[in-house]
Amino acid sequence: MSIDYTERIPNNVDLSGDRRLQRALESWQPRFLRWWGEMGPTLPTQDVYLRTAIDVGREGWAHFGHVALPEYRWGIFLAERDPDRRIAFGQNMGRPVWQQVPGEYRAELQRLIVVQGDTEPASVEQQRRLGLSAPSLYDLRNLFQVNVEEGRHLWAMVYLLHAYFGRTGRDEADALLLRNSGSEDSPRILGAFNEETPDWLSFYMFTYFTDRDGKYQLGTLKESAFDPLSRTCEFMLKEEAHHMFVGTTGVDRVVERTAQLMREHNTDDIGRFGGIPLDVIQKYVNFHYSVSLDLFGGETSTNVANYFTAGLKGRWQEERRGDDHLLTEAVATVQHVENGRIANLRLPALTALNADLRGEYIADCGTGITRWNRILTGHGIDAALHLPHIGFNRQVGAFAGHHVTPDGRILDRVAWEAGRDRWLPTPDDKTHVLSLMRPVYEPGKIAAWVAPPRNGINNRPLDYEYVHF
Amino acid sequence: MSQPEVSFDTEPGRYRHLRLEFDGEIARIVLRVDESGGLVPGYELKLNSYDLGVDIELYDAVQRLRFEHPEVRAVVVTGGLEKVFCAGANIRMLAQSEHSWKVNFCKFTNETRNGIEDATAHSGQTYLAAVNGTAAGGGYELALACDQIILIDDGSSAVSLPEVPLLAVLPGTGGLTRVVDKRGVRKDLADVFATRSEGVRGRTAVEWRLVDETAPRSRFAETVRQRAAEAAARSTRPAGAEGIALPALQRSQTGDTIVYSTVRADLDRANGLVEITVYGPRHDIPESPERIHELGADFWPLAMTRELDDLILRLRTNELELGTWVLRTEGDIDRVLAFERVLAEYGRTDWLVNEIRHYFKRTLKRLDVTSRSLIALIEPGGCFAGPLLELALACDRQYMLDGLLQEDEPTRTALAADDEERDPARIALAVDDGQRDRARSALASGDGEREPARIVLTASNFGSLPMGNGLSRLASRFHGDPDHVAKLHLEAGRRIDAAEALEKGLVTFAPDDLDWEDEIRIALEERASLSPDALTAMEANLRFAGPETMETKIFARLTAWQNWIFNRPNAAGPEGALRLYGTGRRAAFDRRRV
Ligand SMILES: [Fe+2]
Ligand SMILES: [Fe+2]
Repeated sequence: MSIDYTERIPNNVDLSGDRRLQRALESWQPRFLRWWGEMGPTLPTQDVYLRTAIDVGREGWAHFGHVALPEYRWGIFLAERDPDRRIAFGQNMGRPVWQQVPGEYRAELQRLIVVQGDTEPASVEQQRRLGLSAPSLYDLRNLFQVNVEEGRHLWAMVYLLHAYFGRTGRDEADALLLRNSGSEDSPRILGAFNEETPDWLSFYMFTYFTDRDGKYQLGTLKESAFDPLSRTCEFMLKEEAHHMFVGTTGVDRVVERTAQLMREHNTDDIGRFGGIPLDVIQKYVNFHYSVSLDLFGGETSTNVANYFTAGLKGRWQEERRGDDHLLTEAVATVQHVENGRIANLRLPALTALNADLRGEYIADCGTGITRWNRILTGHGIDAALHLPHIGFNRQVGAFAGHHVTPDGRILDRVAWEAGRDRWLPTPDDKTHVLSLMRPVYEPGKIAAWVAPPRNGINNRPLDYEYVHF
Repeated sequence: MSQPEVSFDTEPGRYRHLRLEFDGEIARIVLRVDESGGLVPGYELKLNSYDLGVDIELYDAVQRLRFEHPEVRAVVVTGGLEKVFCAGANIRMLAQSEHSWKVNFCKFTNETRNGIEDATAHSGQTYLAAVNGTAAGGGYELALACDQIILIDDGSSAVSLPEVPLLAVLPGTGGLTRVVDKRGVRKDLADVFATRSEGVRGRTAVEWRLVDETAPRSRFAETVRQRAAEAAARSTRPAGAEGIALPALQRSQTGDTIVYSTVRADLDRANGLVEITVYGPRHDIPESPERIHELGADFWPLAMTRELDDLILRLRTNELELGTWVLRTEGDIDRVLAFERVLAEYGRTDWLVNEIRHYFKRTLKRLDVTSRSLIALIEPGGCFAGPLLELALACDRQYMLDGLLQEDEPTRTALAADDEERDPARIALAVDDGQRDRARSALASGDGEREPARIVLTASNFGSLPMGNGLSRLASRFHGDPDHVAKLHLEAGRRIDAAEALEKGLVTFAPDDLDWEDEIRIALEERASLSPDALTAMEANLRFAGPETMETKIFARLTAWQNWIFNRPNAAGPEGALRLYGTGRRAAFDRRRV
């Protein structure tokens, strides 16, 4: 079989000159396409107006056109190589970064890549039915753009496994397609990726909160001493930014529409007017935020400490930090529950890196809240959205097993359960949101529960036919 | 203290510690250790106590008796000092040595004692211990390695294993194992014996089976002579055989490369490994046993075995930080098989051919107990066939290249090469890498193009070169599936390529050219990152699947416990018995049982 690789798989890794990669991808590509067919979007379409990355530069990035989904050209791109790059932290600090996987760290690096790689196709699987209830062609197109890019992120991780990890890497690449979100027998590795995304409010929340977790994970891998991983993640981060844009503006538009309806009908109870009440939005924030906090893992982790010391995984913006980048003496403060009260705990910073990353994430999440509240204020509404307390609804880490309210009080289980319906989406809330999910496929039209976007894609008008059926 | 570079080169003219005497079919090894001849400063070798230097001479003597003196049918080991047979390993030497030195020393001395038993069992050279005086610790263990022990009955000479009561360590060369397993001493009496520092004398020693007989001073020499003559009479050695000379090995070391005529080692200090290449035969196949004798030490199987043996010993003793040995072969499979056929044909009738097989067997066993990770790389141009395949099977893992590497494909190797350039000896001796590569490709271009790697099973793989556990390496490898070994028997003589070798379980992995380099690099780097102690222990546990024998007990049960004790404060701590021995102070023990 002879394939014109640059044509079919846009890349900047000299695919046409690498026989090993070619062979590996020859057997992997059909499996990927089969997986896309079985687990990808269920809504049949003719083509979709998508952006395809064909190079890492600005030019190569802005390549738009209508593409039939299975023919999307999933490419392999690494950010430009910095020939002088050196390891920025840990015991190997100051040495040149690795262009090959050191045998000593093979198992750990492979594990990190597999865990990251596993989340990429998972979200495609979680979102596969959303197309059936898209609020507009614009949104439908955005969903597919996110989906194909998550697919490309899978390709990126598979590329690393194939190119650097030999036979065991290929086995792991195959396993990425064998596990499926929500599967009884072989679920995705991280629990949060086994829940279906049932509605578009959840989709916006997911792309705001959970893709943002991805951003921070990628940010730590971007610091890796293993240069190909670093460069891969750097490029992925650009796409991840677009996913979060979909989330941020999606929630913007829901809040906007909710505010309009509240003003129009002069009531908070806008459900009966086809909107999503503000308290339901708050409950969705509470849910997605707390579940995403869990993705960062426990407050202390010796694995992550080892990864840091070895140079496999750094901190968010490692090089901008002013400390010694070794952390052998440093101390960090994390919150935990002590005698029924929330207290500070001092820990070796090295073992508290999960908490460090979670802290960065939390600060970032706050920007969206500010933005949405500005929309509310703009409509003269006093009510505001909030991020719940870090301890609220947590299943992982120091707060797991404790019953913390969104405003940070600790209750007993019974009292907490009694408040649950005020804090988290109830079956009625979900039923209401689902009831609004009617597809709108007419160009330029939009569902009534969400405001139209400010701009189209790539300067196209709103009534552009982003998707052909 | 830093350890000296140790050489195992010696010959009788250079011995300082022992004397070889010949009287027709009986030889005597007379131990008379030069007190000031220690290998390392800091101790005196009093009372015929020994260190590694003494044992190197003993090993040399045992080897030479087998090859240079086929007329010898019985060997008497005795002490050359008045009232002293041998006082065992020198205690000050042990006390001042690093742990690794002690362990290496014990391993080597054990191998030599096993070799003594091997000579008795397979060479028609029966060893007798003429214990002419005190035989303490390692001294008595040396006697235990002999087939018979005759103790002088002078009212004072005793045999003893005083290690536990005096030094708080174990007898390190198989004493406990041989007392109960070989000599059948009752375990309660052995318990008494091994905790009684003064040992056991005279009649009691015979009754407890610690020795075979005693003889009074006046009749001691005569008794020994008689027993030796009886043993010699039972020997199967041919009459009128002439020995072959074992000349000094031709070994050149340039930087980090050690080159012999058929073996080469490249020391890669940066990566903590040694690349060992064994070259197949290059001279003509000898058409008769006479020709083999004429070739003598130059006969490829013997030359290769001697060189490999020497290399193993040197690397083991001198290169502690090179923790992984990568083994390759290079040469013509057909020639290896032809040599094997010659060995098989004359093995039963010719004493020298028989000796060579047993020597190769012992050398493979040395590899089996070597505390290094052993990785075989089976590549195009290699000759892992029959006896040489045992080298691969002795390894912890076997990687076999499936197909050819791109650079091996015909275009690159089709260099013009005259016959001289194709000589593998030139490859071995070509120290400079460029020269070596050229020679390699010249060799490869012999038949126009390089062939993918193949291995061949032969009779050598099914029992003629057993491991210490008494099994062939294949039987041990497939311990869980004896039928599989029987099936493999049917494949003997056939070329087996990588895919089939993998399928038949003969190799661990068979990467193709696309994966080969990375797979090997990562495996070696990963190996190098693991704890050397844990690896040594793991490998020793995995290499000997199957039954225990006296030999495996010595290298496992005894060695492991001894090494544990060597690291415990009760022996090796500042207040430990080994360190305080001879100072007049008593050891302070941590009384807790572990
Ligand atoms: Fe992603
Ligand atoms: Fe994403």
